[in-house]
Amino acid sequence: MSLISIDNLKKSFHSDDLVTQVLHGVSFSIEPGEFISIMGPSGSGKSTLMHILGFLDRASSGKYFFDNEDVTDLTDLELARMRNEKIGFVFQSFNLLPRTTVLENVMLPLLYSHRKIADPAKIATEVLEQVGLSHRLDYYTNQISGGEKQRVAIARALVNKPSIIFADEPTGNLDSKSGLAVMKMLQDLNEAGNTIILVTHETFTSEHAKRILKIHDGSLLADTPVKNRRHANGDELLK
Amino acid sequence: MSQTYHFFINQISNSFRSLLHNKKSSLLTMLGVIIGVASVIIIISIGDGAQSLILSQVKSLGSNVIGITPGKSEEKGPPAAVYGINITTLTYEDGEAIKLLPRVTAVSGYVRGSAPVTWRGEQYSPNLNGVTADYLTVEGMEIATGRFFTEAEERGMAKVAVIGYTAVNEIFGQTDPIGQTIKIKSQNYEIIGTLARRGTVAFQDNDNQIIVPAKTMQRLVAGVNHLAIMRIKIDNEKYLAEVMDNIRYVLRDRHDIRDQSGESDDFSVRSAAQALDMLTNITNALRFFLAAMASLSLIVGGVGIMNIMLVRVSSRTREIGLRKAVGATHRDIMFQFLVESSSITVSGGLIGIIIGELVSLLIAVIAGALGYDWQFSISIWSILLAFSVSIAVGLIFGLYPARKASRLSPIEALRYE
Repeated sequence: MSLISIDNLKKSFHSDDLVTQVLHGVSFSIEPGEFISIMGPSGSGKSTLMHILGFLDRASSGKYFFDNEDVTDLTDLELARMRNEKIGFVFQSFNLLPRTTVLENVMLPLLYSHRKIADPAKIATEVLEQVGLSHRLDYYTNQISGGEKQRVAIARALVNKPSIIFADEPTGNLDSKSGLAVMKMLQDLNEAGNTIILVTHETFTSEHAKRILKIHDGSLLADTPVKNRRHANGDELLK
Repeated sequence: MSQTYHFFINQISNSFRSLLHNKKSSLLTMLGVIIGVASVIIIISIGDGAQSLILSQVKSLGSNVIGITPGKSEEKGPPAAVYGINITTLTYEDGEAIKLLPRVTAVSGYVRGSAPVTWRGEQYSPNLNGVTADYLTVEGMEIATGRFFTEAEERGMAKVAVIGYTAVNEIFGQTDPIGQTIKIKSQNYEIIGTLARRGTVAFQDNDNQIIVPAKTMQRLVAGVNHLAIMRIKIDNEKYLAEVMDNIRYVLRDRHDIRDQSGESDDFSVRSAAQALDMLTNITNALRFFLAAMASLSLIVGGVGIMNIMLVRVSSRTREIGLRKAVGATHRDIMFQFLVESSSITVSGGLIGIIIGELVSLLIAVIAGALGYDWQFSISIWSILLAFSVSIAVGLIFGLYPARKASRLSPIEALRYE
């Protein structure tokens, strides 16, 4: 039973009379519990692919099955609900709300939820404990470090118990130490059963995953398991 | 939006937090709404004050007084004289006939004229009024010193005058006016009495006037043969309608009007209560008009809000993208920005209400110090009106920016730098 299955997915953008083909028919499937890197240089179409898989955008043609349901042609409202309930996003630039506390940032997806949630603050607090930030609940987002910001973003991605987490260059804005801490957290989450898709252009970062999908010029170039997987623990810092 | 409660509280607290975050710019943003709301409140309050002032003056005439004006007029409309038409159908003899009717206790006719008054070579211009001997009874006035003229003096066109409180001070100063001789149109008049201070009643300044007998005024000063108005006092207000009917009957008979429907009347008969109704109608219309004018400034304020909201939407494009990425729908984003624009206008509205009430209070204090019986009251309906108009301005002028925000694509918004 695949979690995600795409078949000959294509995407083109139209601006004025110009048509730009970004994805030229991509097919693969992802099982629950996997840790996948989508890797490619900038302009390869990896971000567009992530946007479609993450319900931020729709494919121009092809088929997309999520949990064995055809989700190729969802309405805007259905897309919003899928993002809210099934997907967690971690972005390169954190995208935390300014003038807002850590706790409120993590609560945000719960406020947009359609399910009845008795105590959003309690759930958000628990997730923040999980990422080791229980001492920062009432800090404003401009009062914490970059590494802490990304951990807040991870907590926000986890708070709705999503089926899959997308991390788009999550270490791009961090120093190597904080970057490794974030990678370790993602690996731990994967060990705990979460499905994770990491989007990156760095080979080093991509090798923290279990399987790499290489995208080049809008096509899937290679789909390979990672033979020598990197583990973001203390040892790596010594290398 | 099933997390409605948390969501709503969150949106509102976020909006106010962002307002407080930059107080100076928030205040500037609200300025249009503050000014608009304050001026609506002030104008409504001035309207209320002026209306109660006017109405209390008319009320002080008494409820058992009937007024007759020349010329036909609509029940609720103003008398014909308001339009500047000089109608000469009402005569001194009409008054004498009315006085014979049952229940009528006093009839006072008024003749207006203007002529300079001279005393010891100095010229003065107080109001000059010709009235009949019943004047004191009808108007509820009192003599301070000396006496009023008699009916005999009135019929005999005696050249006597009674002088009001302000006019005494202006013309005679410390001199006792009784027995002094003044000149009106080069004829000598003897001052026989002074009136007690009364103030302005029903728009008439009773203190700055010189009164002579109506007939004297008609023949020797104004050179006319008619009365400007007539006021009739009856013994019991219960019989108001009956007496008014009788007056109409008598006047139609005297003016050779056969049509009893009232269509052909060349006069109008009104009770003080009806005059009150009429004045209320006129002043209400004025108040409404003024409030509507003041509301225009709210529209200008609203356009300012729209402008600011458009700036806010574009400066927060990334935030909108993020909110959409974690599951916000079109409606959620729209709602967020509508809450935000209306919290600006509601805050501005509240400040405007406070400023407006303070200024109104100040006006009442100043008017009171100037001797007017000016009532200050906080009108709940004007506050409610101002408050709901503020919300409406926020919603209406926030709609376009909110729509724009809600339509942003999440990818474009996240990519936006």
